[in-house]
Amino acid sequence: MSLETIWFCVIVLFWLGYLFLEGFDFGVGMLLPVLGRDDTERRVLINTIGPVWDGNEVWLIVAAGAMFAAFPSWYASLFSAAYLPLLLVLLALIGRGVAFEYRGKVDSARWRRNWDRVIVIGSWIPPLGVGLLLTTTVLGLPLDAHGNRVGGAFEAVRWDTLLGALAVVGFALVHGAAFLALKTAGELRERARVFAVRALPVALLPLFGLLVVVQWREGALWTLVALLVAAVAAVSAWRKLVADRDGQAFAALGVTIAAAVVTLFGALYPDVLPSTLGAANSLTVVNAASSPYTLTVMTWVGAFGAPAVLVYQGWTYWVFRKRISTAHIPPVHTP
Amino acid sequence: MDVLQLARWQFGITTVYHFLMVPLTIGLSVLVAGMQTAWVRTGEPRYYKMTKFWGKLLLVNFAMGVVTGIVQEFQFGMNWNAYSRFVGDVFGAPLAMEGLVAFFVESTFLGLWIFGWDRLPKKVHLACAWAFSLATIASAYFILAANSWMQHPVGAEIVNGKPTLRSIWAVLTNNTALAAIPHTIAGAFSVAAAFLVGIGGWHLWRKRRSDDEHRSVWRSSIRLGGWTGIIAFAVLAITGDTQGKLMFEQQPMKMASAEALCHTEQPASFSIVAIGDVTAQNCEDVKTFNVPALLSFLAHNDFRTEVKGVEDLVTQYQAHYGTNYPDDPALGELAGKPIDYVPNLAVTYWGFRIMIGFGAISAGTGLLALWLTRRGRIPDTKWFPRLALLSIATPFIGNSAGWIFTEMGRQPFVVVPNPSGVDGVWMFTAQAVSRISTGEVWTSLLALTSLYAVLGVVEVFLMRRYVRGGIDGVIPPEQNDEEGKKTLAFAY
Repeated sequence: MSLETIWFCVIVLFWLGYLFLEGFDFGVGMLLPVLGRDDTERRVLINTIGPVWDGNEVWLIVAAGAMFAAFPSWYASLFSAAYLPLLLVLLALIGRGVAFEYRGKVDSARWRRNWDRVIVIGSWIPPLGVGLLLTTTVLGLPLDAHGNRVGGAFEAVRWDTLLGALAVVGFALVHGAAFLALKTAGELRERARVFAVRALPVALLPLFGLLVVVQWREGALWTLVALLVAAVAAVSAWRKLVADRDGQAFAALGVTIAAAVVTLFGALYPDVLPSTLGAANSLTVVNAASSPYTLTVMTWVGAFGAPAVLVYQGWTYWVFRKRISTAHIPPVHTP
Repeated sequence: MDVLQLARWQFGITTVYHFLMVPLTIGLSVLVAGMQTAWVRTGEPRYYKMTKFWGKLLLVNFAMGVVTGIVQEFQFGMNWNAYSRFVGDVFGAPLAMEGLVAFFVESTFLGLWIFGWDRLPKKVHLACAWAFSLATIASAYFILAANSWMQHPVGAEIVNGKPTLRSIWAVLTNNTALAAIPHTIAGAFSVAAAFLVGIGGWHLWRKRRSDDEHRSVWRSSIRLGGWTGIIAFAVLAITGDTQGKLMFEQQPMKMASAEALCHTEQPASFSIVAIGDVTAQNCEDVKTFNVPALLSFLAHNDFRTEVKGVEDLVTQYQAHYGTNYPDDPALGELAGKPIDYVPNLAVTYWGFRIMIGFGAISAGTGLLALWLTRRGRIPDTKWFPRLALLSIATPFIGNSAGWIFTEMGRQPFVVVPNPSGVDGVWMFTAQAVSRISTGEVWTSLLALTSLYAVLGVVEVFLMRRYVRGGIDGVIPPEQNDEEGKKTLAFAY
């Protein structure tokens, strides 16, 4: 396999890591007003992701950074072409990150209510934006010969990219509910599980709609296999949720998103950002890539760095593996 | 305003804003890890209280540093896509390393530190504090290596019209970076030091008459802050001098404009302050108070050597890098226009002086605080807490001025040519900007600036609350858990 292809796979892995990890913590944020009936319950929900959401978000930063280093033209064209959606993602992520930290710092119902709103909005918008961004990179944009967007600021917003936006949101919603079923105890857990069971068949529809569209337009036989794996995993996740096996359900949802990402990016390869104005303007793993030397350097860094990340992030999940319930929440203490 | 100007304003605002949070995070996280080490080793409660109190302020600030950092990474692709395409092969590598090697460690171990008080053995928990704080320094290292490459490109050559990385080692050990890193880290410590002295000084003064149980916490904090500030300033001065000498060689125009030195002088005198208009770009009417021959010494370690002035340098730059911008439609109105090689003199001249002056004030306050608290003394005068609180702002101002000087001083280049090394690697700022609409950049400039303004108010409000709340605000009263230790030691 060429270095360019390896780095294409690495970047896909970073995006997958991001969708898998921040996927569920977005879901938790989205479900805050749905599952959390009082302040203590909302605190339980937030604290299921408290120690980990920041580490999860770094997957986005590294995915973007790796694109910059390994495929500068991909990063440059995509990020400037989808300018306004990305801006919305940034604003939402800023608000959300600050909200987690600041929400409990003043003991006032109004203060908490306002930050809760920021968390909820900040958890809906980024998966929409990321979904739109990733679908745009798979389905392409009108790019000129320099890789710049032709047309207006909303060129990246079309029915098919909006389907991608809904796909990621829908997945995050179910994934978050399954995570909560796994991480909470008591009544809250049951509520999360029931929600996941009911929501799954509807919420995953856009994802499979998108996969079918992409498979129809540019898929190969092996991406069809991945699509089927995603479908089987989604059905199995639903059955495990019904059978009260939340760990297995959560894992099955992980397989669903992994297989979905394989389908999408498998259909994209060897392009990284197709131009809808003609193949000559398309960015590919070859013409968008950095020099072999840079890729080699990055490979060494990645070969040592990435496994270490998996180990210590895995350890974090192990340290905070206990289920939490309203009984675990300490009283509010602020100056 | 056109896209170029808007994108420059946005970069300036978001960078200076981000760099209000970052130095405090770097300096304070290392000092808090040190406090916790002292607690683990000695078991003294005052070190525990220090860790808790300063740790809380660290967290309030850290959240803002993280979220504003994402904007920094994204805006290269959004506003500066031509730059990203041109330099990605070289510049992208340290940026990606920062994410992969530093950010993951930082965010993961911070989570473990915040929530791990009762879940981890004491020493493992302490190790998390160190992992987090050292990762903040590692992240500064990578980002400064990337920035230094823009100031002084090394380890690359032009292949097919683009800089191509030849040696990552050269990029990571760029002499510009090796001077910038200790300088910036020391700047970060001087922020944290002023914080300790200012807030500790205020609390100590408030408790001066009563026999307050937390008094030792504030005393230790002031002493730690005072010493940190003095050491940081010494490092700042030494590395600043090294940086200056490198800059005379690598970016002579930046240094000449930092001095508003119009004409070449031999020996050159150092300007303390200027009266008159340094912004008049011919700088003829400026009277400055000078120290004879000092600039020659600062530039070359020798009191007699020649230092090139702005006018001679303009001729030299025009000969090397052309008199006019290329006739490229991508440059907009600048296409074919003459290139102005002189950075904004008012900004560079005053930026340089504000950086040095405010840095010195904060070290002076630290020294004063050490003197006033010597051998168990408690300062009784009202002016001391006021001065200490006010001087919290000084290293922030110094740092910001330093960055503005460094970045504005390299204009009109985004990648400054390397006069003694790599051939042909440079880029004009005007060539670096994305081909997008002004509407898009206006939207992001206004949206980000307003959000930053709101969040700045919130952060200051929370900081004030926690500062006023003192130790009691960060350590909850003992609880009686009926079923043993069921509740979490910390929860959002």
